[in-house]
Amino acid sequence: MSTKVYMEALSPTMEEGRLVKWLKAEGDTVKSGDVLAEVETDKAVMELVARGEGIMRKHLIPEGATAPVTSLVGIIAAADEDISALIGGAAVPAAAAPVAAVAPVAPVAPVAAAPVAAVAPVAVAPTPPTPATPAAPAADGGRVRTSPLARRIADEQGVNLSGVQGSGPGGRIVKRDIEAAVTSGSANLVAAHAPSATPAPTPRRVAGGPEFRDEPLTQIRKTIARRLAESIGPIPTFYLTAEFDLSRASEMRTAAAELGDAFKVSFNDIILKATATALQQHPEVNAHWLGDKIRYFDTVHLGMAVATDDGLIVPVIFNAEQKRMSEISAEAKALAKRARERKLKPEEFTGSTFSVSNLGMMQIDQFTAIINPPEVGILAIGAIEDKVVVGADGGFEVKKKLRVTMSCDHRVIDGAVGAKFLQTLRRLIENPLLMVF
Amino acid sequence: MAQFDVIYIGGGPAGYVGALRSAQLGQSVAVVEREGLGGTCVLWGCIPAKALLEAASIVQKVAKGKEFGVTAEKVTLDYGVAMKRSRAVSAQNSKGVEFLFKKNKITWLKGTGVLSAGKSVKVTGVDGKVETHTATKGVVIATGSRVKGLPQIGLGLDKTLILSSDEALIIDKAPATMAVVGAGAVGCEFADVFNAFGSKVTILEVMPRILPIEDEDCSAELEKAFKKRGIEVITGAKLGTVKKGKNNVTIPVEANGEKKEMTFDVVLVAAGRAPNIENIGLKEAGVATTERGFIKINDMFETSAKGIYAIGDVAGPPMLAHKGSREGHVLADILGGVHHHPVNYGNIPSATYCHPEVASIGLTEAQCKEKGLKYKIGKFPFSANGRARTSGETEGFVKIIRDEKFGEILGAHIVGAHATELIHEIAVARENEYTVEEIDLAIHAHPTLSEAIAEAVLDSMGKMLHA
Repeated sequence: MSTKVYMEALSPTMEEGRLVKWLKAEGDTVKSGDVLAEVETDKAVMELVARGEGIMRKHLIPEGATAPVTSLVGIIAAADEDISALIGGAAVPAAAAPVAAVAPVAPVAPVAAAPVAAVAPVAVAPTPPTPATPAAPAADGGRVRTSPLARRIADEQGVNLSGVQGSGPGGRIVKRDIEAAVTSGSANLVAAHAPSATPAPTPRRVAGGPEFRDEPLTQIRKTIARRLAESIGPIPTFYLTAEFDLSRASEMRTAAAELGDAFKVSFNDIILKATATALQQHPEVNAHWLGDKIRYFDTVHLGMAVATDDGLIVPVIFNAEQKRMSEISAEAKALAKRARERKLKPEEFTGSTFSVSNLGMMQIDQFTAIINPPEVGILAIGAIEDKVVVGADGGFEVKKKLRVTMSCDHRVIDGAVGAKFLQTLRRLIENPLLMVF
Repeated sequence: MAQFDVIYIGGGPAGYVGALRSAQLGQSVAVVEREGLGGTCVLWGCIPAKALLEAASIVQKVAKGKEFGVTAEKVTLDYGVAMKRSRAVSAQNSKGVEFLFKKNKITWLKGTGVLSAGKSVKVTGVDGKVETHTATKGVVIATGSRVKGLPQIGLGLDKTLILSSDEALIIDKAPATMAVVGAGAVGCEFADVFNAFGSKVTILEVMPRILPIEDEDCSAELEKAFKKRGIEVITGAKLGTVKKGKNNVTIPVEANGEKKEMTFDVVLVAAGRAPNIENIGLKEAGVATTERGFIKINDMFETSAKGIYAIGDVAGPPMLAHKGSREGHVLADILGGVHHHPVNYGNIPSATYCHPEVASIGLTEAQCKEKGLKYKIGKFPFSANGRARTSGETEGFVKIIRDEKFGEILGAHIVGAHATELIHEIAVARENEYTVEEIDLAIHAHPTLSEAIAEAVLDSMGKMLHA
């Protein structure tokens, strides 16, 4: 019995994947659940898992090649089985790809992936297997299979269906799947449509030698390009810049660090904490623009832009307003590390309600960041500098200053609304003691 | 001594359907059955009862014939003839199952089975021969249930004056007066039949309404129809200890603050079914039962003894043929190692074949209230339905209960002609999670009774057209 290996949708927004490396060579024995290959998605390198067992008979795409989701990339079959017919029919994938498996590494091995053998009518002659087996699940042609009721509830709750694993017949998404996704909190809110890329495009330095270098687009680069073009186009953005005095924050940071390593936090951690606190007080900017409505969030899922060798990704600190500074610090550090190692799971970089991008460490004085839709605002954090200012007594003083620029979606945030948010943020950052009250 | 993949004990709708499915999956299958194949359903329940109800329906139609320009004179009613036809239909169906067994090479072990060590069954044949057979994949208990009567108040079954439905199916004369104790589906159906064949029927129900598990509106509608046809309905009835005479039975009845003694030629006990758990070696095999006497099973129908499974009535309510059949099918898939869909116990239709028929699926309005659900009701009477008017069957209604926000069909309740056929539109809709909108979008042929469903759906959305 043969099993077709398809390029699976390994992240909610994945449309194609680059086969980085085959981990099972042609001729290798394969068990169900074995990792067949590494696949680079638009977000990360993920594992493509075997849905059947036998011999890895044929690789249909070479390493390095890109294939659309649901296209046939390999064949697993018995050693002596004739697979020529399967390869011929490769063009039309009947998509055994079991939907957008949210959990990336774990071989979800879902109900839907029940060996096709089970379904096949016993009496059929063993001529070329008709690929018509309508086990086709969610991802045929990108269409998500779902019951009308499930779709209606998902619409209302703002659940992104492409991130939900269906448990109905043929992998169809039914009511209980949506409910489970919502209660487990694993649901990709519609926000997730636009997960990864935030702006701050620091162009990569071109290496010396020839005057130019051609490099094929990585999946993440493609996604960034597509997403940013979408963003700058339709969103009427305006910018508010403010300069904060970091003297007290700096004192606090020094004093805390003297208490021991457990209390060491970065300025960035303080800014994240202050932003989360301010957002909680200003739900009017902690929101999503959803076309026909604005969704205001009670909780803060704070996205933090992280630069990786391949581009930008925005992991999320969930429920940030409920977390202490030390927790935010630890989480931010861990997320950044995992992002650079490209080990983030899709659910870790989707669902943010507001984002922060920091280029201070790159000595950028101030910049404007591009909104990550459907979010409606993003903070761009510049470098902290010692500046000479006029003091209270008319003399000169040296103060630590930070420039923050907020990009606002004017469809949701009016000028004064954004300014009020920045006022609150200023109060918190300039008086960090307030954050413990 | 033979070896099979699966052995089913009991050839009723659970066991025989499971056996057919197992065989279809290429397994060797045996069914232990002492009586005819098809079980209570085919021999003593669904099928013969429906044959009699069809006779009752003809009686009612003939009575209405004049209005249609069809006058039948000298109509005579002979319950004995109807009963014989009913037996013939039943036998025919049983033969049908037998044919299917042969076609699928299923071994019928004629006799009684007792669980034996491991996955084996000791079968005492009808010819007295004792043999032990083993199963490699599993032994499935599908022994069903039986009417147990109410001996605690003197209504122990005696097969002459105090009958269960089994005996009612083979008496050859309709009695002059009859009490039907218990107004569930069985009680209402037999009340209907004997009323049509001229008996003076009194329904005695301890609960406050007939068809107590149906939606209250359905109970009320059916009670109204029954009373119109001269069936006496006494609900909330407390029965005292009965006195058996030579040719009649006297029951002390207390209802509506009134006490009286009522005497009947025959009492049909249609209350209380008990699972058949005796004499099949459950205890010895380590098969546990619940407080109510059903066999305890897990999600995969497995009992507390490894490799021993239970399905159908004996495995718990609802005690319905189609619930047992589905369990048989699903278990066969599990044992056969193919992908199975779990039984959706929340979407089992219920059907009562009296006239008018009553059918329902999902939650009743009272259950929705109890669960605190926000719902909307849509209701359409058959009196406003064209097709119902043409046949003069205008009793009843379609009632749809839908979720207020998402339009999910929480429940549907139909009283009226062919209600038991109509309900499946809703069964399919609910199984696929279609909402009221999809039902409305589906074009319903005109003129049909099904249009009443579409109209009830529209009514639930506040958009009813034809009333």
